[in-house]
Amino acid sequence: MFLHLPIAELSVNVFIIVGMGMAVGFLSGLFGVGGGFLITPLLIFYNIPPAIAVATGANQVIASSFSGALAHYKRRTIDLKLGTMLLIGGALGSLAGVWIFGLLRSLGQLDLAVSLLYVLLLSTTGGLMLNESVRSLLRSRKGGTGTNLRRPGAHNWVHGLPLKMRFPDSRLYVSIIPVLLLGFLIGVLAAIMGVGGGFIMVPAMIYLLRVPTNVVIGTSLFQIMFTAAVTTVLQAWTNETIDIVLAFLLMIGGVVGAQFGVEAGRKLRGDQLRALLAILVLSVGVRLGLELVRTPASVFSLASPTGEVE
Amino acid sequence: MNGRLPRSRHTISKALSIALLAMIGFMGSRGHAQLSEVGQRESFEIGLSQTQIGITSDFNGETITVFGAIGDADMRILREQRYDVVIALFGPLRPVVVREKQRFFGVWVNRVSKTIPAAPVTYSVASTRELRDIAPAETLRRLSLGIDTLRLDGRTPRLGQPRPVSSQQARFENALRDLKSSRGLYTVDISGVDYTAAESTLFRADLFLPADLSTGEHVVRAYLFKQGKIIGQKRADLIVRKVGFEAEIDRFASEHGFLYGLFAVALAIVTGWLGRVMFKRD
Repeated sequence: MFLHLPIAELSVNVFIIVGMGMAVGFLSGLFGVGGGFLITPLLIFYNIPPAIAVATGANQVIASSFSGALAHYKRRTIDLKLGTMLLIGGALGSLAGVWIFGLLRSLGQLDLAVSLLYVLLLSTTGGLMLNESVRSLLRSRKGGTGTNLRRPGAHNWVHGLPLKMRFPDSRLYVSIIPVLLLGFLIGVLAAIMGVGGGFIMVPAMIYLLRVPTNVVIGTSLFQIMFTAAVTTVLQAWTNETIDIVLAFLLMIGGVVGAQFGVEAGRKLRGDQLRALLAILVLSVGVRLGLELVRTPASVFSLASPTGEVE
Repeated sequence: MNGRLPRSRHTISKALSIALLAMIGFMGSRGHAQLSEVGQRESFEIGLSQTQIGITSDFNGETITVFGAIGDADMRILREQRYDVVIALFGPLRPVVVREKQRFFGVWVNRVSKTIPAAPVTYSVASTRELRDIAPAETLRRLSLGIDTLRLDGRTPRLGQPRPVSSQQARFENALRDLKSSRGLYTVDISGVDYTAAESTLFRADLFLPADLSTGEHVVRAYLFKQGKIIGQKRADLIVRKVGFEAEIDRFASEHGFLYGLFAVALAIVTGWLGRVMFKRD
């Protein structure tokens, strides 16, 4: 069944788009990530113009992260104060990101910037996560008690910064500078890459800020949801790149897929899940990296003078 | 549902075609006074199966039929099949930036770009035979007939005037032609114009409009050639626009971008929440 999209102005197969949403939703339910880093490349691969894929990806992220954040809110595993501080940084970052997005688009380098960022971030976080989870898997095989990611007393440079604030839910006393910066960075990425940024936020909160693991996912989902919402409104307002029909199809698939993902996730151990996610993230990064260096089918591409890629 | 639609459209188009052909045939037979050029006795008429195309949610490409008639044809020339018809459908003209990627530290980067001033978004040609057998290249170039001879600079050169195009510009123009052709946006069908019967003066052509058709004014230009010389030309307009739900969303998105964004966020939240409620498992 084909459907003509009003903003992307092309005809797509409804089942393929919903299927894409389901597959990504399954993975996001399984790993507790928004799935934006998978949906945007998939849409671009399906010939959706990159500008629309990125913006619409952010819209889709809201649905999946809202679903997740709601569950965490009921279990009281969200640090609302920390989330709000991250959010302030995130809103500013998203504002900057949408501006950079428009600039890159008119320079004709948006595709390259998006691809490079993806390759860089996905391979780095994928590599780090894989390293950590494989070690933890090996340790538990040796009969260890599993890892405690939070090592109290092990302070790093982050804890020496001024402007400290107390976050009781996370049992943290930390400077707000790294918190705001982290939020800002995620906001910029959300706008440029159409991702929620969970795959960066989660490791950064664990390793950099030393937030307890049980509140990390909920808090990150809470902040991602709002950052993605701000991004969606800004993209719709300034770049007119949100295709609501496309986003809705993805959301339907995503919401259904996520339920099965959560179910499957209960059958796996934490370190196994992290290793699988790491492999997934890493392989998307490598795949996009190959695309950059491989000789393209045509060295020419068409765009309208306002920067919109055809 | 898509399987059934084209058939019903086809029936309508068939009925239309008969009516139109009858009408055009009638017009052609009394077309003495409407000579297209001095000294020519043949008249030339065309009609479109529809003058408006509405892009709806289930739009997936469309075929438009052009009907036409040659009035007062010379039977001898007709028998020798020396009347040729070329019909071209030009999409709206838009400036296009063509970018060329080059290797830069091992990575393919957009480096050089050229702006093509006026390229039709879509272009489709149908003719009675191979274009180069109908008219000399110079004429085809002047009339923008054929993908290789389609003009992209937005100007109309006079006959005999050489084309002042630098080799660099030509390289980017050809890249555009290739890309558009490979995506099915520029097409040529060298046997797309059919006479309804042998030695008939009535003809029809089906021109294909792709699924990612752009909105705006499309122009159909038809030319009648007699022994390689152009003796008649006609123009008809075809308006393409979004209709219904598609048009509403598009208009809302461009006029009230901020509200549209808020609505998109609300839709996402409701969908996410409904998903939780429906599949409640914890």
